Amino acid sequence: MLTIDEQISKIREDFPILNRKVRGNKDLVYLDNAATTQKPKQVIDTISNYYLEINANVHRGIHALSEEASELYEQSHKKVSDFVNSKFEEMIFTKNTTESINIVANGLEDILSKGDEIVLTRYEHHANLIPFQQVAKKTGAVIKFIENDDNYNLDMQSAENIVNDNTKFISFPHMSNVIGSITPAKELTKLGHEYGAMVHLDAAQSVPHMKVDVKDLDVDFMSFSGHKMLAPMGTGGLYGKEELLEKLHPFLFGGDMIEYVSYEEATWNVLPWKFEAGTPNVAGGLGLGAAVDYLENIGMDRVSQIEHYLTKHAMKRLEELDFITVYGPDANSRGGVISFNIIGGDNGMFVHPHDVAALMDERGIAIRAGHHCAQPLVTQIMKLPATSRMSFYIYNTIEEIDFAINSLVDVNKMFN
Amino acid sequence: MTSIYQQQIIDLYKYPINKKIIEDADLDYGDKNPSCGDDIRIYIKLDDDQKVIDVGFQGSGCAISQASTCLLTDEIKGMTLEEMEKLSNDDLLELLGIEITHARMKCAILSLKVLEGAIHKYKGGAVGSSVAENV
Ligand SMILES: Cc1ncc(COP(=O)(O)O)c(C=O)c1O
Repeated sequence: MLTIDEQISKIREDFPILNRKVRGNKDLVYLDNAATTQKPKQVIDTISNYYLEINANVHRGIHALSEEASELYEQSHKKVSDFVNSKFEEMIFTKNTTESINIVANGLEDILSKGDEIVLTRYEHHANLIPFQQVAKKTGAVIKFIENDDNYNLDMQSAENIVNDNTKFISFPHMSNVIGSITPAKELTKLGHEYGAMVHLDAAQSVPHMKVDVKDLDVDFMSFSGHKMLAPMGTGGLYGKEELLEKLHPFLFGGDMIEYVSYEEATWNVLPWKFEAGTPNVAGGLGLGAAVDYLENIGMDRVSQIEHYLTKHAMKRLEELDFITVYGPDANSRGGVISFNIIGGDNGMFVHPHDVAALMDERGIAIRAGHHCAQPLVTQIMKLPATSRMSFYIYNTIEEIDFAINSLVDVNKMFN
Repeated sequence: MTSIYQQQIIDLYKYPINKKIIEDADLDYGDKNPSCGDDIRIYIKLDDDQKVIDVGFQGSGCAISQASTCLLTDEIKGMTLEEMEKLSNDDLLELLGIEITHARMKCAILSLKVLEGAIHKYKGGAVGSSVAENV
């Protein structure tokens, strides 16, 4: 068996983009994986091969290309559903997590009524907040929030105080894209079910990074993005329990999502197609299948292990620097996402995350600065203007992390 | 590639000039970049000839936005309203003396946007919705 470092080197060979130079001959150090990941050759070849050899619309033509395209597209659905242990009928391809969540939220409009409660957390990415704000406005439902403890871990005690008989729907992230905390998804789902609530998991930051089993978690719905797990942009998935998807009102209407159509009426197609209206992103869907193959080939346990190895190293190095504040839990209870600020130490100067990111960028290092599409968390809970964030994936190296952290030392020296 | 973080910019961030509140300011206006949290409020005192005799600002944000405000507030000392109205983004970028990329343009020109808002408000115009309440 390869050591982790050897395996990372081998994985890197599949990602030609990692060899490119940026900002005048600087080696690219890509540490913005929570935003989107790079794509391996295997995924790119799958897309390119689809357009070179196969391209045809799916589920329509009785001709060779259309049949091949339809078969591959369905195979890809099968791969993705197996990947999270769902049934074929329960896995809908979408363009991203945002679309997946909107499908669910739209369906809630004729399920919720005045006084019903939707429970969210303080972590929410805007994608898991705004759709429910809108549903609440339309239905008269009320949104309540589960609090965090001081380390930004989800507080189960607060969850138990908030979830009650009026709770009809709970949605929360499996992992915070800002501070990397992992939520007790199984426990919280169980709690919701005890009160008869439906539970949706925003798994945008977990499906790419760990083994996720929807049957084991017992969530009712789950959303994720393909582009955060090596697959092309414009791909994502929505899992839903079959009986719930049957009940849920479609989000988009038109071709492919129907069974019988007259001028007056229409009936809906079987799952999952009921929620895939119009010509789908077939090449993207095949790319998502190829990404799943790639990850399964490494093994999701190994993926987590690699990320944990990198995260632990980064956390240790960052903790040695007194001018840096890291937000959130320790390395053992977080994923590969680290939000931090250069506070400057005693009597030091706060260096704004935009300046930190820009100065890192001058060195070829891609990190993210801002509120990471979770403005309420950063500004209202953490009470910060913004944070810097580095996030890792299977192709990052210890050397890259050391280079990034040494660069933070340089940045701090410029200001302090 | 030369860094946009020239010593002048960093010095102005660390030791800002004109960073003060003017209680009896004639012009007083704030605005922010919601996406990045840069937040600037400018105070201007005019003399009898409607020329700037004193100027101050309060704010927080990145080094580029803060340095830009220092430089702009210094530049307008002694100017009339008409002279200030003629100031363009290019004038401001010249004061900064660095190449600003598209991504950082909003940080660089926020100060001028606030100045324009201040003049607009002084002349009785409607003020925008994103006026900073307490900087
Ligand atoms: C936790 C979380 N939820 C939702 C999203 C939205 O994903 P997308 O932009 O792919 O729809 C993201 C990604 O930014 C995320 O990190």
